[in-house]
Amino acid sequence: MLSIRMTVILLYHELLMKNNMNHKFTLKQALDELKNNELSLDDLYADINKSIADQNKKLNVYLTLDDKALDKAKKEKNSPLMGVPIALKDNYCTKNLRTTASSTILDNFVPAFESTVSKNLKKAGGVVIGKTNMDAWAHGSSTETSQYGRTLNPRNTDYLPGGSSGGSTAAVAANMCIAALGTETAGSIRQPAAWCGVVGLKPTYGRCSRYGIVAMCSSTDSPGPITKTVEDSAILLNYLAGHDPLEGTTANLEVPDFTKAIDKDIKGLKIGYLYKDLKGLEEITKIFAEEMKVFEKLGATVEVVDAMNPKHGISIYTIVQRGEVSSNLGRYDGIRYGKDRSFFGDEAKRRIMLGTYTLSKGYADQYYNTAQKVRTLYIRDYERLFKIYDVLVAPTSPGFAKKIGATEGQAMFGELEDLLLEASSLSGLPGISIPCYKDNETNLYLGMNIIAPMYREDLVIQVADAFEKATNWNSWRN
Amino acid sequence: MSNKITTAQIKHIAELAFIPITENEENSLRGAFEETLDVISELQSMDVSGVEPTNQVTGFENVLREDIVNEENMFSQAEALKNAKHTYDGYFVVPRIINEK
Repeated sequence: MLSIRMTVILLYHELLMKNNMNHKFTLKQALDELKNNELSLDDLYADINKSIADQNKKLNVYLTLDDKALDKAKKEKNSPLMGVPIALKDNYCTKNLRTTASSTILDNFVPAFESTVSKNLKKAGGVVIGKTNMDAWAHGSSTETSQYGRTLNPRNTDYLPGGSSGGSTAAVAANMCIAALGTETAGSIRQPAAWCGVVGLKPTYGRCSRYGIVAMCSSTDSPGPITKTVEDSAILLNYLAGHDPLEGTTANLEVPDFTKAIDKDIKGLKIGYLYKDLKGLEEITKIFAEEMKVFEKLGATVEVVDAMNPKHGISIYTIVQRGEVSSNLGRYDGIRYGKDRSFFGDEAKRRIMLGTYTLSKGYADQYYNTAQKVRTLYIRDYERLFKIYDVLVAPTSPGFAKKIGATEGQAMFGELEDLLLEASSLSGLPGISIPCYKDNETNLYLGMNIIAPMYREDLVIQVADAFEKATNWNSWRN
Repeated sequence: MSNKITTAQIKHIAELAFIPITENEENSLRGAFEETLDVISELQSMDVSGVEPTNQVTGFENVLREDIVNEENMFSQAEALKNAKHTYDGYFVVPRIINEK
């Protein structure tokens, strides 16, 4: 009798332990359980630290970890984010925590100041658990240009996580944090989110401050959350967004409560389906068109939209981004911090020099000025479409994650992979990528990108949340 | 459409951009340049007559703030110098750019 009873107790105990150690909390769950004292910070950090210990060496996600994170968390118990561990892309300057932008030129750089967005995060009680790998200087869409080695996709380690925020999306997918922050210029949050099967929200340009983030393409850089669910993104964005007196391009607008867009039905919303007949997308359109029917079941109307071909976005983005890179990194001298300019990696050299060339006398009109005019054409096209539709929806990426090594010898790899995102990024629009399909053979995901007019993050959150809850593609909701 | 770039051009651009490059890099850069220019040259076919360029999307102009000292955003001398490799007596040491005759 006794032994059976003991066995039952032991099994029960084992089950409890197992639950505790493999909880894979979403931000919302972690906050709820911490609030109700069903979870302690010690257990939460043990869970996350175990994921890190088990996987970081293989996946190469974190470049720097803060071993004082739990101590810091314990001081945040009464704050809105209650000390939950958040991963930061390594281009956010963090006071007294190394910041490399995945470039060895900044290998020893320990900022003496904090970026506004990470300061906002900390003020709300978020704790930075570590800094994640990325394409060096954010120049890429794979993490393969990182000078600290590529990151692997946790969903299938034969594949790339995407980029440039690939370390942050991998950290979320592998439960090595509760949520993460990334930055996007034209796809760098949403494309790796799609490839890693997580949620990535790129806010409107100017919604979140760029102050203290290693500058890449100043006219499009947008910091934003990378999370397990749409609701988690809404919760985080509430704290990250806002006007910053130190950053002249931030919007002086009140930040709405984005969580109000959660659990709001989408009956009667008009959804435009972009790029359905675009050449080259045939394979994934077969899958994607099926998923678009979900919106109709939820009471929205879906219409296939005739929009401007996104392919010019590749050219505009390449010209504008290289130009702004050459300007931003032109100022880098390696005197006040970091090593000298001979330590730039191949990709940075290519981009700085191409920008220098396309902005030089005799070529600026042919390239840069033409690009900025075609940019206007896209903005007008979106204005036309948003008079008819509440949101526009398309696949995030032209296909599934690419295999490791795919960028080799491909000077335009990122630009081609971000084909479906560049035009809207150059127009400053907010967008979100959510998982909308999983291939059971490879365990890889497809992403759905939802965009809305400027400052209407609430709309993309509302539509994404409705889709997420009506389907089984989100791996934390199964 | 095919864009040709010479190694002399690459050398010149590298000099303008103040990027030291090796001979090997000259060749790979030339290839990458031509590949990229071939892609972006497609824009030349777009009709943009009468279209205003978009340099920024917010529409904000002349954003100013009060010129008030904010100690929270100030570095101490030690903080400002802490990441520099070469300092002397509280200064940054910079490379010599003018040679003595």
